[in-house]
Amino acid sequence: MLSFKGDITSELLTSILQIMESKLDTMQEEPKIKKKVYNVLVECLQNLYHHMDEIPRSLNGSSSGIDGENIRSAIFMIGKLDNQYNIITGNYILTQNVEGLKRRLDEINKLTKEELKDYYKAVLNNGEMSDKGGGGLGMIDIARKTGQKLNYHFMPVDEVYSFFSLNIKIAQ
Amino acid sequence: MERIVIEGTPKTPTISFDMASGQLEIRGRSIPENSIEFYKPLVEHLEKYAQKPQSNTNVNIQLEYFNTSSSKCILDVFKKLEAIHKGGSAIVINWFYEQDDEDMLEAGEDYQAIINVPFKMVEVAE
Repeated sequence: MLSFKGDITSELLTSILQIMESKLDTMQEEPKIKKKVYNVLVECLQNLYHHMDEIPRSLNGSSSGIDGENIRSAIFMIGKLDNQYNIITGNYILTQNVEGLKRRLDEINKLTKEELKDYYKAVLNNGEMSDKGGGGLGMIDIARKTGQKLNYHFMPVDEVYSFFSLNIKIAQ
Repeated sequence: MERIVIEGTPKTPTISFDMASGQLEIRGRSIPENSIEFYKPLVEHLEKYAQKPQSNTNVNIQLEYFNTSSSKCILDVFKKLEAIHKGGSAIVINWFYEQDDEDMLEAGEDYQAIINVPFKMVEVAE
Protein backbone atom coordinates (compact mmCIF):
# COMPACT_ATOMS: atom_id res chain seq x y z
CA MET A 1 0.00 0.00 0.00
CA LEU A 2 2.80 2.38 0.83
CA SER A 3 6.55 2.24 1.28
CA PHE A 4 9.17 4.82 2.05
CA LYS A 5 12.92 5.16 2.46
CA GLY A 6 14.68 8.20 3.84
CA ASP A 7 14.58 10.61 6.75
CA ILE A 8 11.42 10.57 8.86
CA THR A 9 10.46 14.14 9.64
CA SER A 10 7.44 15.41 11.50
CA GLU A 11 5.92 16.70 8.23
CA LEU A 12 6.48 13.38 6.47
CA LEU A 13 4.86 11.58 9.36
CA THR A 14 1.80 13.80 9.07
CA SER A 15 1.57 13.12 5.31
CA ILE A 16 1.95 9.35 5.63
CA LEU A 17 -0.74 9.25 8.30
CA GLN A 18 -3.12 11.32 6.17
CA ILE A 19 -2.56 9.10 3.13
CA MET A 20 -3.03 5.93 5.14
CA GLU A 21 -6.15 7.22 6.82
CA SER A 22 -7.81 8.01 3.51
CA LYS A 23 -6.68 4.64 2.09
CA LEU A 24 -8.23 2.82 5.03
CA ASP A 25 -11.41 4.83 4.48
CA THR A 26 -11.49 3.97 0.77
CA MET A 27 -11.06 0.30 1.59
CA GLN A 28 -14.10 0.62 3.84
CA GLU A 29 -12.27 -1.14 6.59
CA GLU A 30 -14.19 -1.94 9.77
CA PRO A 31 -13.79 1.01 12.19
CA LYS A 32 -12.30 -1.29 14.81
CA ILE A 33 -9.56 -2.56 12.46
CA LYS A 34 -9.01 0.88 10.99
CA LYS A 35 -8.33 2.33 14.43
CA LYS A 36 -6.01 -0.50 15.39
CA VAL A 37 -3.97 -0.18 12.19
CA TYR A 38 -3.81 3.61 12.54
CA ASN A 39 -2.75 3.44 16.18
CA VAL A 40 -0.01 0.88 15.54
CA LEU A 41 1.13 2.90 12.55
CA VAL A 42 1.50 6.03 14.68
CA GLU A 43 3.62 4.17 17.23
CA CYS A 44 5.83 2.56 14.55
CA LEU A 45 6.47 5.84 12.76
CA GLN A 46 7.10 7.78 15.94
CA ASN A 47 9.49 5.05 17.12
CA LEU A 48 11.47 5.65 13.92
CA TYR A 49 11.21 9.42 14.32
CA HIS A 50 12.51 9.39 17.89
CA HIS A 51 14.99 6.53 17.86
CA MET A 52 16.73 6.11 14.54
CA ASP A 53 20.44 6.77 14.80
CA GLU A 54 22.35 8.90 12.35
CA ILE A 55 24.74 7.03 10.09
CA PRO A 56 27.65 8.06 7.87
CA ARG A 57 26.42 8.75 4.35
CA SER A 58 28.73 6.07 2.88
CA LEU A 59 26.91 3.35 4.85
CA ASN A 60 23.69 4.11 3.03
CA GLY A 61 25.25 3.37 -0.34
CA SER A 62 24.92 6.94 -1.46
CA SER A 63 27.89 8.51 -3.17
CA SER A 64 26.40 11.97 -3.51
CA GLY A 65 26.61 14.62 -0.83
CA ILE A 66 29.35 15.71 1.47
CA ASP A 67 31.82 13.11 2.71
CA GLY A 68 31.86 12.66 6.44
CA GLU A 69 28.39 14.10 6.84
CA ASN A 70 25.88 12.02 8.79
CA ILE A 71 22.37 11.30 7.56
CA ARG A 72 19.16 9.90 8.98
CA SER A 73 17.59 7.09 7.02
CA ALA A 74 14.90 4.51 7.74
CA ILE A 75 12.56 2.29 5.76
CA PHE A 76 8.90 1.80 6.27
CA MET A 77 6.34 -0.40 4.52
CA ILE A 78 2.69 -1.20 5.00
CA GLY A 79 0.67 -3.70 3.02
CA LYS A 80 -2.29 -6.00 3.25
CA LEU A 81 -1.97 -9.69 2.47
CA ASP A 82 -4.49 -12.47 3.13
CA ASN A 83 -6.72 -10.23 5.24
CA GLN A 84 -3.80 -9.27 7.42
CA TYR A 85 -1.99 -5.96 7.65
CA ASN A 86 1.80 -6.01 7.66
CA ILE A 87 3.90 -3.14 8.85
CA ILE A 88 7.66 -3.38 8.41
CA THR A 89 10.08 -0.83 9.75
CA GLY A 90 13.86 -0.77 9.53
CA ASN A 91 16.43 1.59 10.93
CA TYR A 92 20.10 1.74 11.83
CA ILE A 93 21.06 1.64 15.48
CA LEU A 94 24.39 1.71 17.27
CA THR A 95 25.51 -1.88 17.85
CA GLN A 96 26.24 -1.02 21.47
CA ASN A 97 22.48 -0.48 21.95
CA VAL A 98 21.43 -3.78 20.37
CA GLU A 99 21.71 -5.86 23.54
CA GLY A 100 19.57 -3.47 25.58
CA LEU A 101 16.83 -3.23 22.96
CA LYS A 102 16.83 -6.98 22.37
CA ARG A 103 16.46 -7.61 26.09
CA ARG A 104 13.50 -5.21 26.27
CA LEU A 105 11.75 -6.80 23.28
CA ASP A 106 12.29 -10.34 24.64
CA GLU A 107 10.93 -9.19 27.98
CA ILE A 108 7.74 -7.93 26.27
CA ASN A 109 7.45 -11.11 24.17
CA LYS A 110 7.44 -13.28 27.30
CA LEU A 111 4.32 -11.65 28.70
CA THR A 112 0.73 -12.85 28.43
CA LYS A 113 -2.11 -10.46 27.54
CA GLU A 114 -2.91 -9.78 31.20
CA GLU A 115 0.77 -9.32 32.11
CA LEU A 116 1.19 -6.87 29.24
CA LYS A 117 -1.71 -4.82 30.58
CA ASP A 118 -0.12 -4.71 34.04
CA TYR A 119 3.30 -3.92 32.61
CA TYR A 120 1.84 -1.07 30.54
CA LYS A 121 0.18 0.42 33.62
CA ALA A 122 3.37 0.06 35.65
CA VAL A 123 5.48 1.85 33.02
CA LEU A 124 2.76 4.46 32.49
CA ASN A 125 2.77 5.23 36.19
CA ASN A 126 6.50 4.97 36.92
CA GLY A 127 6.92 8.73 36.86
CA GLU A 128 9.67 8.59 34.27
CA MET A 129 9.30 10.53 31.09
CA SER A 130 11.75 10.93 28.28
CA ASP A 131 12.14 14.45 26.94
CA LYS A 132 9.76 13.43 24.17
CA GLY A 133 7.16 12.11 26.57
CA GLY A 134 7.14 8.51 25.42
CA GLY A 135 8.86 6.86 28.31
CA GLY A 136 9.16 3.40 26.78
CA LEU A 137 5.51 2.58 26.18
CA GLY A 138 5.57 2.29 22.38
CA MET A 139 6.63 -1.34 21.98
CA ILE A 140 4.40 -2.50 24.86
CA ASP A 141 1.46 -0.75 23.23
CA ILE A 142 2.17 -2.35 19.84
CA ALA A 143 2.36 -5.82 21.42
CA ARG A 144 -0.86 -5.16 23.31
CA LYS A 145 -2.87 -3.79 20.41
CA THR A 146 -1.78 -6.45 17.90
CA GLY A 147 -2.01 -9.31 20.38
CA GLN A 148 1.10 -10.82 18.78
CA LYS A 149 4.76 -11.23 19.60
CA LEU A 150 7.14 -8.55 18.35
CA ASN A 151 8.93 -10.10 15.40
CA TYR A 152 12.32 -8.42 15.15
CA HIS A 153 15.70 -8.90 13.57
CA PHE A 154 19.14 -7.37 14.07
CA MET A 155 21.74 -7.44 11.34
CA PRO A 156 25.32 -6.27 11.89
CA VAL A 157 26.36 -3.68 9.28
CA ASP A 158 29.88 -2.81 10.37
CA GLU A 159 31.70 -2.60 13.68
CA VAL A 160 29.66 0.41 14.83
CA TYR A 161 26.19 0.04 13.31
CA SER A 162 23.49 -2.59 13.09
CA PHE A 163 20.22 -2.66 11.23
CA PHE A 164 17.07 -3.22 13.28
CA SER A 165 13.92 -4.43 11.57
CA LEU A 166 10.48 -5.02 13.01
CA ASN A 167 7.69 -6.95 11.28
CA ILE A 168 4.26 -6.34 12.73
CA LYS A 169 1.10 -8.16 11.77
CA ILE A 170 -2.42 -7.03 12.49
CA ALA A 171 -5.01 -9.72 11.93
CA GLN A 172 -8.62 -8.94 11.06
CA MET B 1 -11.61 32.97 36.47
CA GLU B 2 -10.54 32.51 32.92
CA ARG B 3 -11.32 30.10 30.19
CA ILE B 4 -8.78 28.50 27.88
CA VAL B 5 -9.53 27.07 24.48
CA ILE B 6 -6.90 25.35 22.35
CA GLU B 7 -8.18 24.58 18.87
CA GLY B 8 -7.55 21.08 17.55
CA THR B 9 -5.23 20.15 14.67
CA PRO B 10 -4.78 16.83 12.80
CA LYS B 11 -2.33 15.79 15.51
CA THR B 12 -3.66 17.52 18.63
CA PRO B 13 -7.04 17.62 20.37
CA THR B 14 -9.34 20.54 21.08
CA ILE B 15 -9.03 21.48 24.72
CA SER B 16 -11.47 23.72 26.51
CA PHE B 17 -11.22 24.49 30.17
CA ASP B 18 -13.75 26.84 31.76
CA MET B 19 -12.52 27.49 35.25
CA ALA B 20 -15.61 29.50 36.20
CA SER B 21 -17.92 26.52 35.67
CA GLY B 22 -15.36 23.77 36.39
CA GLN B 23 -15.79 22.23 32.97
CA LEU B 24 -12.83 20.56 31.21
CA GLU B 25 -13.06 18.94 27.80
CA ILE B 26 -10.43 17.17 25.69
CA ARG B 27 -11.72 16.05 22.32
CA GLY B 28 -10.23 14.74 19.07
CA ARG B 29 -6.90 13.05 18.45
CA SER B 30 -3.72 13.35 20.42
CA ILE B 31 -0.75 12.09 18.43
CA PRO B 32 1.90 14.83 18.53
CA GLU B 33 5.58 13.86 18.50
CA ASN B 34 6.19 16.13 21.47
CA SER B 35 3.28 15.81 23.87
CA ILE B 36 4.91 17.44 26.87
CA GLU B 37 5.06 20.77 25.10
CA PHE B 38 1.44 20.48 23.98
CA TYR B 39 -0.02 19.60 27.38
CA LYS B 40 2.08 22.08 29.35
CA PRO B 41 -0.43 25.01 29.22
CA LEU B 42 -3.27 22.79 30.42
CA VAL B 43 -1.20 21.36 33.27
CA GLU B 44 -0.26 24.90 34.33
CA HIS B 45 -3.89 26.04 34.29
CA LEU B 46 -4.89 23.03 36.35
CA GLU B 47 -2.28 23.99 38.93
CA LYS B 48 -3.78 27.45 39.07
CA TYR B 49 -7.33 26.08 39.25
CA ALA B 50 -6.28 23.74 42.08
CA GLN B 51 -5.76 26.74 44.35
CA LYS B 52 -9.43 27.71 44.15
CA PRO B 53 -11.47 25.01 42.43
CA GLN B 54 -15.27 24.96 42.00
CA SER B 55 -17.22 22.62 44.26
CA ASN B 56 -17.91 20.42 41.22
CA THR B 57 -15.55 19.73 38.34
CA ASN B 58 -16.78 17.88 35.29
CA VAL B 59 -14.29 16.32 32.91
CA ASN B 60 -15.09 14.95 29.45
CA ILE B 61 -12.41 13.01 27.58
CA GLN B 62 -13.44 12.06 24.07
CA LEU B 63 -10.41 10.90 22.14
CA GLU B 64 -10.43 9.19 18.80
CA TYR B 65 -6.75 8.29 18.88
CA PHE B 66 -3.89 8.93 21.25
CA ASN B 67 -0.26 7.90 21.10
CA THR B 68 1.89 6.58 23.94
CA SER B 69 3.69 9.92 24.05
CA SER B 70 0.36 11.52 25.02
CA SER B 71 -0.60 8.79 27.46
CA LYS B 72 1.87 9.93 30.14
CA CYS B 73 0.76 13.54 29.71
CA ILE B 74 -2.89 12.53 30.05
CA LEU B 75 -1.94 10.68 33.23
CA ASP B 76 -0.30 13.90 34.43
CA VAL B 77 -3.53 15.81 33.80
CA PHE B 78 -5.47 13.14 35.72
CA LYS B 79 -2.99 13.33 38.62
CA LYS B 80 -3.65 17.06 38.87
CA LEU B 81 -7.38 16.30 38.91
CA GLU B 82 -6.82 13.66 41.58
CA ALA B 83 -5.19 16.27 43.80
CA ILE B 84 -8.08 18.68 43.21
CA HIS B 85 -10.54 15.89 44.02
CA LYS B 86 -8.67 15.13 47.23
CA GLY B 87 -8.81 18.82 48.10
CA GLY B 88 -12.61 18.74 48.12
CA SER B 89 -13.90 19.45 44.61
CA ALA B 90 -16.21 16.63 43.48
CA ILE B 91 -14.80 15.38 40.18
CA VAL B 92 -16.17 12.95 37.65
CA ILE B 93 -14.12 11.93 34.62
CA ASN B 94 -16.35 10.88 31.73
CA TRP B 95 -14.31 8.68 29.39
CA PHE B 96 -16.01 8.40 25.99
CA TYR B 97 -15.29 5.52 23.64
CA GLU B 98 -16.90 4.48 20.40
CA GLN B 99 -18.94 1.33 20.29
CA ASP B 100 -16.64 -1.64 19.49
CA ASP B 101 -13.48 0.34 20.28
CA GLU B 102 -12.22 -2.05 22.94
CA ASP B 103 -8.74 -0.54 22.88
CA MET B 104 -10.10 2.87 23.89
CA LEU B 105 -12.31 1.36 26.60
CA GLU B 106 -9.31 -0.56 27.96
CA ALA B 107 -7.20 2.60 27.92
CA GLY B 108 -9.87 4.31 30.06
CA GLU B 109 -9.89 1.37 32.45
CA ASP B 110 -6.10 1.57 32.77
CA TYR B 111 -6.41 5.16 33.98
CA GLN B 112 -9.33 4.26 36.21
CA ALA B 113 -7.14 1.65 37.93
CA ILE B 114 -4.36 4.17 38.58
CA ILE B 115 -6.25 7.37 39.41
CA ASN B 116 -8.34 7.79 42.53
CA VAL B 117 -11.20 9.77 40.94
CA PRO B 118 -14.62 8.41 39.90
CA PHE B 119 -14.63 7.47 36.20
CA LYS B 120 -17.66 6.94 34.04
CA MET B 121 -17.21 4.93 30.84
CA VAL B 122 -19.56 6.33 28.22
CA GLU B 123 -20.20 4.40 25.03
CA VAL B 124 -21.09 6.48 21.99
CA ALA B 125 -22.30 5.39 18.54
CA GLU B 126 -19.68 5.25 15.78
